[in-house]
Amino acid sequence: MATWNGPLEKIDDYRWRIPKSYKQGMRVPGIIYADADMMKQIRGEQALEQVANVAFLPGIVNHSLAMPDIHWGYGFPIGGVAAMRVDDGVVSPGGVGFDINCGVRLLRTNLMKDEVSSKMKQMMDALYNSVPSGVGSKGKIRLKGGELNEVLRNGSRWAVEHGYGRPDDLDSTEENGEMAGAEPASVSGRAKERGLPQLGTLGSGNHFLEVALVDEIHEPDIARAMGINEVDQVMLYVHCGSRGLGHQVASDYIKEMVRAMAKYGIDLPDRQLACSPVKSPEGQAYLSAMRGAANYAWANRQCITHWVREAFCRVLGIKEVDAGLELIYDVAHNIAKIEEHQVNGQKQKLCVHRKGATRAFPAGHPEVPGKYAQIGQPVLIPGDMGRASYVLVGTEQAMKETFGSTCHGAGRLQSRSAAKRHQSGRDVLESLQARGITIRAGSLAGLAEEAPSAYKDVSSVVGVAHNAGISKIVARTRPIGVIKG
Amino acid sequence: MKRFELIEHTADMGLVAYGHDLAEAFANAAYGLFSIMADLGRVQEKESRQIELKEDDTEALLFEWLNYLLYVFDVEMLLLKRFDMERFDGSGLKAICYGEKYDPSRHRLKTGVKSATYHMMKVDRENNRVQVILDV
Repeated sequence: MATWNGPLEKIDDYRWRIPKSYKQGMRVPGIIYADADMMKQIRGEQALEQVANVAFLPGIVNHSLAMPDIHWGYGFPIGGVAAMRVDDGVVSPGGVGFDINCGVRLLRTNLMKDEVSSKMKQMMDALYNSVPSGVGSKGKIRLKGGELNEVLRNGSRWAVEHGYGRPDDLDSTEENGEMAGAEPASVSGRAKERGLPQLGTLGSGNHFLEVALVDEIHEPDIARAMGINEVDQVMLYVHCGSRGLGHQVASDYIKEMVRAMAKYGIDLPDRQLACSPVKSPEGQAYLSAMRGAANYAWANRQCITHWVREAFCRVLGIKEVDAGLELIYDVAHNIAKIEEHQVNGQKQKLCVHRKGATRAFPAGHPEVPGKYAQIGQPVLIPGDMGRASYVLVGTEQAMKETFGSTCHGAGRLQSRSAAKRHQSGRDVLESLQARGITIRAGSLAGLAEEAPSAYKDVSSVVGVAHNAGISKIVARTRPIGVIKG
Repeated sequence: MKRFELIEHTADMGLVAYGHDLAEAFANAAYGLFSIMADLGRVQEKESRQIELKEDDTEALLFEWLNYLLYVFDVEMLLLKRFDMERFDGSGLKAICYGEKYDPSRHRLKTGVKSATYHMMKVDRENNRVQVILDV
């Protein structure tokens, strides 16, 4: 793969700049959060060229940003954050990605390692049987005519009102799991056809369910506010998105915006960056469809949460009220949002694109739920399936520098085919089992593609985000059971 | 002649498809797409679907062609393996596609593909070669 040889200025140990002068047409410089070791690896692919390309987008303010899990994506880099003025800027479906509102949620329990470790086999079987997963998986929910439109409008609330989960879950979800401004009429018939049978499914690829143990607590007071009390406490992660519905919304609007760009006189280095003015009919239609897909994804994670709770309690023979299983938080990491931020000392309305990046709002921000007002918004960073995942909180520094954003995961190191050449699915399975992790996977090939060695070490990624001050580490967890779609 | 090859891309997967003409390269790109998703060896040509598309240019046609097939797979769970181009003019096509419904007792699914992208898309008209990056 070609090494990127463009200009890179070191700002400090964790920040690098691509000057605006690198390419004619860049409207702002690029800023990348990484340490020197990571930067060597990042330069080995074309992600930095993508950071520069994003800087071409009309209305972009401050910087084209890349979080420490940056890697080569399509159009935008993964780990990319870009904010455009609502008044004269653009929205780009490629800046959200195909899996709209791919995101992660974390549930806490009242249980400790000893209470589950002897039952992990049954636990993972029960979870695997309760939550449909894998390529093209179909759900157990049969939506009646018109109900899908309610899902698109009401997201998690639809799920809770239909018996999937608890009313409290809504307060612990970004946007309450119900993003305003969703318009089902903007979602195509094809997208709806794909969405109908797939609600309540995990899907495939890097999506997973994980049973984890608290491994280290860095900030005991903040952790306690989230119900993370002690080492070896059992936790559960759910990572998935909007399935075929979201993929179809993205491709529908990329197609439409490629067509509209000539009309708006926009010329870009990569067609995958296709965009339209935020205020144009195309931009507004995309945003209203994207919000529908985001709500679908929240309803999806909400339904899965319900089955996870049922299966978990059934295996252990306990009641939900005794198990705890409260939702700590749910974050979206592929999304575009209209937010207010300071730009050159003035408050401005911006369309913030987070593609493989997590919102990280500080304590006291009105969007942060009341119970976290003192600590800041929980940020959930899943790592690979063998090592660790992290819980962090948002900071004031993130508001100042990154439009309240941070990283979203470990970031891939190896391509899927390289990962498969490196290790067989069987080898990956055995090495994870040897580390005491119970695995259930739809396919061995899929397991090989998702091998821990294919990812950067999440600890160093999170370390950069923490040291740069754009989020603060609260606790670390380690996996003991993983379901891969 | 090789029908298609996979190319490396960190987070995603790319394919380059070949043909004696662009129509055949499009058919082979579709074959490559389904080969990534499933083991096609045991898929039989039991059903067919006619697909007709009209776009602004060849790149848009390639994007739509592969994404339309993903839509068909998602909705019908139809694994397709033969793509006969009845008509192909560079911005429109009519194809008859053959395959069968996914049967978990006989078929093995591999990697899920979310979408074809425009990123690094290449349509090489001289060598009848197309390249596309897939979001997986």
